[in-house]
Amino acid sequence: MSTATLPQDSELLERFSELKPPLTPQAAVIEANRCLNCFDAPCTLACPTHIDVPGFIKRIAAGNLRGSANRILDANILGGSCARACPVEVLCEGACVMHRYNRQPIQIALLQRHAMDNFHAAGYDVPTAPPNTLDLNVVCIGAGPASLACAAELKRRGGRATVVERREMPGGLNTYGVAEYKLRAAESLREIEMIRRMGVEFRFGVSIESSAELVKLEEEFDYIFLGVGLGAMQRLNIPGEDSEGVINALELIAAYKTGQIHQMSGTVVVLGAGNTAIDAANAARRLGAETVYLIYRREERDLPAFDFEYEHCKQEGVQFLWRRQPVAIRPEQHGRLLLDTVQVQQQQDGSLVPMADTQHTIVCDTVVPAIGQSPFTQLIQEKRRIVVKDGLIAADPITGQTGNPRYFAGGDCVNGGREVVDAVADGKRSALAMIKAAEAIYA
Amino acid sequence: MPDLHVHGFAGGIDSPNPFWLASAPPTNCGEQIMRAFDAGWGGAVWKTIGEPVTNVCSRYSSIDWQGQRMMGLNNIELISDRSVEENLRELAEVKKYYPRHAVIASLMVASTREAWHEIVERAEDAGADGLELNFGCPHGMSERGMGSAVGQVPEYTEMITSWVKEKARTPVLVKLTPNITDIRAIARAAKRGGADGLSAINTINSITGIDLDTLVPNPTVDGKSSHGGYCGPAVKPIALNMVQQIISDPEAALPLSGIGGISNWKDAAEFILLGCGTVQVCTAVMHYGYRVVEYMAEGLENWMRSKGFNSLADFRGLSLPKVTDWKNLNLNYKIVAHIDEQKCIGCDLCYIACWDGAHQCIHMDRVSGPANGPVELHDSPPTVEWRSRAAIVTTPVTRQERAVDPAVHGPYPTPLAKIPRVDETECVGCNLCALVCPVDECITMQRVDNGLPPESWDERTSGAVCVQNPNVS
Repeated sequence: MSTATLPQDSELLERFSELKPPLTPQAAVIEANRCLNCFDAPCTLACPTHIDVPGFIKRIAAGNLRGSANRILDANILGGSCARACPVEVLCEGACVMHRYNRQPIQIALLQRHAMDNFHAAGYDVPTAPPNTLDLNVVCIGAGPASLACAAELKRRGGRATVVERREMPGGLNTYGVAEYKLRAAESLREIEMIRRMGVEFRFGVSIESSAELVKLEEEFDYIFLGVGLGAMQRLNIPGEDSEGVINALELIAAYKTGQIHQMSGTVVVLGAGNTAIDAANAARRLGAETVYLIYRREERDLPAFDFEYEHCKQEGVQFLWRRQPVAIRPEQHGRLLLDTVQVQQQQDGSLVPMADTQHTIVCDTVVPAIGQSPFTQLIQEKRRIVVKDGLIAADPITGQTGNPRYFAGGDCVNGGREVVDAVADGKRSALAMIKAAEAIYA
Repeated sequence: MPDLHVHGFAGGIDSPNPFWLASAPPTNCGEQIMRAFDAGWGGAVWKTIGEPVTNVCSRYSSIDWQGQRMMGLNNIELISDRSVEENLRELAEVKKYYPRHAVIASLMVASTREAWHEIVERAEDAGADGLELNFGCPHGMSERGMGSAVGQVPEYTEMITSWVKEKARTPVLVKLTPNITDIRAIARAAKRGGADGLSAINTINSITGIDLDTLVPNPTVDGKSSHGGYCGPAVKPIALNMVQQIISDPEAALPLSGIGGISNWKDAAEFILLGCGTVQVCTAVMHYGYRVVEYMAEGLENWMRSKGFNSLADFRGLSLPKVTDWKNLNLNYKIVAHIDEQKCIGCDLCYIACWDGAHQCIHMDRVSGPANGPVELHDSPPTVEWRSRAAIVTTPVTRQERAVDPAVHGPYPTPLAKIPRVDETECVGCNLCALVCPVDECITMQRVDNGLPPESWDERTSGAVCVQNPNVS
């Protein structure tokens, strides 16, 4: 099966125009020349996949764009989407020595995008070892960034890799979950098409739900990589949360990115204040909602979202309600929703206690819970005795190996929900550990 | 107020300042030169006058460096393509309107006494303040027995210079080509021929580069190219050395008009410190226009004021005694590098430069514990880099993860682990780290008193007291 593509959606392109437009070729060279070419560069260290940042930047300066992209792909097969989706302010660009020199860090993300866009536009292929030079056959469950990175790394080194995915399209959150003004679904799919051309096999619409299915995979493959993500978002556990007009943040983002929702109107209330909540609130504004509230239980200073995400969200016109939490959702006669909320106070021990006489009902059209995702890991916990703690799969941080030596895991299902680049790093490390483990067996 | 005037250069040329335009496209015609004088130039050497030529297109190519345009410029343009009459009529007009500015006629004709006598007479009749004999043009004209074909043979240089001197009433400058093993040989010949002054250097033979699509070098003329003459900032160090060589040689030394990559007041000051009476500029004007003279004159004036120099003569040649032969340098002078931890930004360019390009005495050991001694004691760059690449790093998603740990970070703006340390017991004082450091004054070379008296190689090997180099006065 081929990796699918999405039709061009001009309305989507217009409503979600890019936050950071690409560099022109000359601007890229000027910016690349600014880079000091640090030794043991802090940007490289700060990147979870340790991309050789000065190495790829100086290749841009030298007019070797293809070499630049290859240098990026060496470390991070999803270099194209990471260039768009990474919170570089707290990663490579945050670590740039220029902060202590002439203040403006090198625009690493835009330079990386420049090299990767050129690579994809030219239709180049990733250099890989001849097929089957490595006697290793691996299946990756879930087609998100962690699995894609694991599979690509194995293919690159001559092994075999198959990715199984329950949805119709690959990419996981890269395709379905990153805000469109950062990373377009089509760009995620283009990147995965490159991975498919490396020889990674994809099986779509496959859901692993029984022990028998696990046995089949164990028979066919040497190792199993779990890149299953966090699954559905956590429930609110308040009355009325299944009412029509309640849609969780990840579903909302996936729906607009795949063209199923084109607009929103009236008042939208987002519950939660993480980076996904911010993405959903911004999306609601861009889709046309006149008023968007973001309700958070704690103070502004406790906001889990990155500072630059918060600033951006305020600029989009989202209004923040602090120290407030939802207690019930009630349908109103005219098809709208009544969201009952209450003011809460933080105690010394950090717990939150509702305050008397602070009830307030917000009349709205849509409620968007965005309060964290819950992992779907019950099956492997029960049938394969893999340790799951607080809903997360326990895996060795260096190898990704679980308590069951044939099972490796990485990405959100292990780290609880970090960034694309963290998932790529996990997948890559697992692939290398599998190769090492296989060599130890055959040696 | 410092006085920038040039008085009686090479036996009689005056100009309001030492900044002259070199004989080149910026001095192609009278209209240009008058605008240049309005902009502040003190003199101009007219684009070489002779039998008009036909030029080719294209004519120029350049070297860009790290995003900066025209670090070096190359040309295959010949001398003036306008008639002698036209050039000299305009020269006369310029002198009429700008009597106090220096207008020098650059000349190049066939190598006969009659031809030279005739052109000298005509140029002086038109009002030229001096003559510059173009024995330097390295391309085209040299194939016709002129330009550097003359300037590369001492006998020809002496002969033609003497022909010109038979006729000339104004100062005669000989412009020297650098495309020769020892420029002093030609300078001496010019002096023997009676020249009143010299101009140096002309452009350097060059092929600037090749178009990697067409495989034709630049500049391209209908699919072919030819070597050209190289100039611009890239050639300044070569020019400074040749200027020093000429002026330090008593048989060659004459009043000198310095040329070669002068782009700002500092360059000009350097040429004058090595003894030049005036300086000539071309590439900087071709890049940015006549206005660059403002920055040059103002900059030089301000520097003179800060140094207490009232006239050009106050500092002309002051650096000459500070240039000597290697054998006279003090072998017992010891300096070591010092890194200012407050200024270090952690780029670690000094570290890799010292390990790969120098003497392996800068180390990344402030956290693991400083150790002095030979290379075997220290982690090498691959080990340092491997350690970083093996580190498990995750995106700091919570505020707590993003907070800086003072224990790891250390007391300086840059984390302690990223600030290199100099092993002063092994440092050879080569300067490389200070040269690559992007931060001003972060790495300084500091004197170490080793208690030894000064001793040169000459003294050490001869056992005698050092005799001052006779070339240095």
